[in-house]
Amino acid sequence: MTDRDQTFDKVAKLIEPFNKKGVKLGETTSFAGDLEWDSLIVMDFVASVEDEFDILITMNMQAEIETVGQLVDAVERLRNEG
Amino acid sequence: MTDAIATADDPARETAAAPSHRGDLFSKFDALIAEREALLDTGVRDPFGLVMEKVHSPTLATVKGKETILLGTYNYMGMTFDPDVIQAGKDALDAYGSGTTGSRVLNGTYQGHKECEEALKDFYGTAHAMVFSTGYQANLGLMSTIAGKEDYIILDADSHASIYDGCAMGNAQIVRFRHNSVDDLEKRLKRLPAEGGRLVVLEGVYSMLGDIAPLADMVRVAKEAGAMVVVDEAHGMGFFGPNGRGVFEEAGVEDQVDFVVGTFSKSVGTVGGFVVSNHPKFEVLRLVCRPYVFTASLPPSVVATAATSIRKLKFAGNKRAHLWENSKRLHQGLRDLGFTLATPEAQSAIIAVLLPDQDMTVRMWQALLEAGVYVNMARPPATPAGTYLLRCSLCAEHSSEQVGQILGMFEAAGKATGYLS
Ligand SMILES: Cc1ncc(COP(=O)(O)O)c(C=O)c1O
Repeated sequence: MTDRDQTFDKVAKLIEPFNKKGVKLGETTSFAGDLEWDSLIVMDFVASVEDEFDILITMNMQAEIETVGQLVDAVERLRNEG
Repeated sequence: MTDAIATADDPARETAAAPSHRGDLFSKFDALIAEREALLDTGVRDPFGLVMEKVHSPTLATVKGKETILLGTYNYMGMTFDPDVIQAGKDALDAYGSGTTGSRVLNGTYQGHKECEEALKDFYGTAHAMVFSTGYQANLGLMSTIAGKEDYIILDADSHASIYDGCAMGNAQIVRFRHNSVDDLEKRLKRLPAEGGRLVVLEGVYSMLGDIAPLADMVRVAKEAGAMVVVDEAHGMGFFGPNGRGVFEEAGVEDQVDFVVGTFSKSVGTVGGFVVSNHPKFEVLRLVCRPYVFTASLPPSVVATAATSIRKLKFAGNKRAHLWENSKRLHQGLRDLGFTLATPEAQSAIIAVLLPDQDMTVRMWQALLEAGVYVNMARPPATPAGTYLLRCSLCAEHSSEQVGQILGMFEAAGKATGYLS
């Protein structure tokens, strides 16, 4: 399993408690459209991702992230920077 | 004239007159419009369309012909009808006219604006004070101006809209921490890169739930991380601390807070906003803060009433004591009746009653209004964690008798709506 696959799995686990409708997760699953998250859920979820990977995802970055795949890429990038 | 106004306000007319065009930009609001119509169709009054026909005092108004106790105005210190405050406004109207018609940096700074800034410097014991046209603009100006693209603003997730909007207007990197969590703030500060400035944004009182921030600990971790600190004391001014400066005064962190933001629209009892600071370069903000430069200054009567009110607030220790009494009594009384409150005890003059859903909240709100007391209704997205609230804000001018009446009305409304058994 590549590092990216592992990150994907960890992110998927963090999505689980917020995935009330049991949406099947893929690279292109979108947070607003498919998971139907509002800003409060996003806040909680982002905090849990930040804590899991010991990174910061600024609101500026969040604005650019729409899908699970994009989030995994961002996490990978931030981990390598840090 | 009356007819023309009635027609212009008539939503049916607006719909009929909607011009045809490709893609109505308003269609994004359809869900909200439908939700609102469904609510009003159930026969309740519009909680966001209330009109105060007459206002008799800081605590009493006429609404739909009925005398109503005001319990949702943020008029904490009851300064709106203070005789000295009113006289100062009248004198300024006579002496300086009704408005300045100009920006603070052009023709809009009068003697009264300077005196108001002097009153603030004296009240806060700071070297500098800058008066804005509203508190909203003070936050817009400060957040968007002092933190640049390379800098970080670290803010509480439950921050006021004006703080978020100021961040959105500027170019800084924005990081949020969980509401009032010192741990969460500290963790995020530790993860910041070494380069770039840091501004931690806190509020003394959070106005939705009426809870206060653990400022002593938060300011300590912010300072350990080398951050500048701003505290918004919109709901703390007048009430907290020996001099009424705010929660940061009570928490004993005055010497570590770099900027205090405030408003004249609550305890001060008029309209306007400000930032005070001891930063040696603070005055440069008058040149670079767009929400200060590109808008007209407050009318002379407004700054005169604000200055007079601020001078009196400093010595309002007795009023502060009575406001605490009122707040604690309402909190205890509502708990005893069986209501669920947002804080375990009264932490500020805001007492927030948690209700299960929109329907119950609107029905309670209406039952209270019919009984003769006005409270604020709040719903998502303004509220944290999707809660529905009836927010009560007490006033130092509420008599003990009025607080008793209010509790009676809550009991009656709770029973009428079936919320209390
Ligand atoms: C925390 C906070 N900051 C700023 C403001 C804005 O104040 P103003 O009414 O002067 O625009 C408010 C009030 O609305 C507030 O609650």
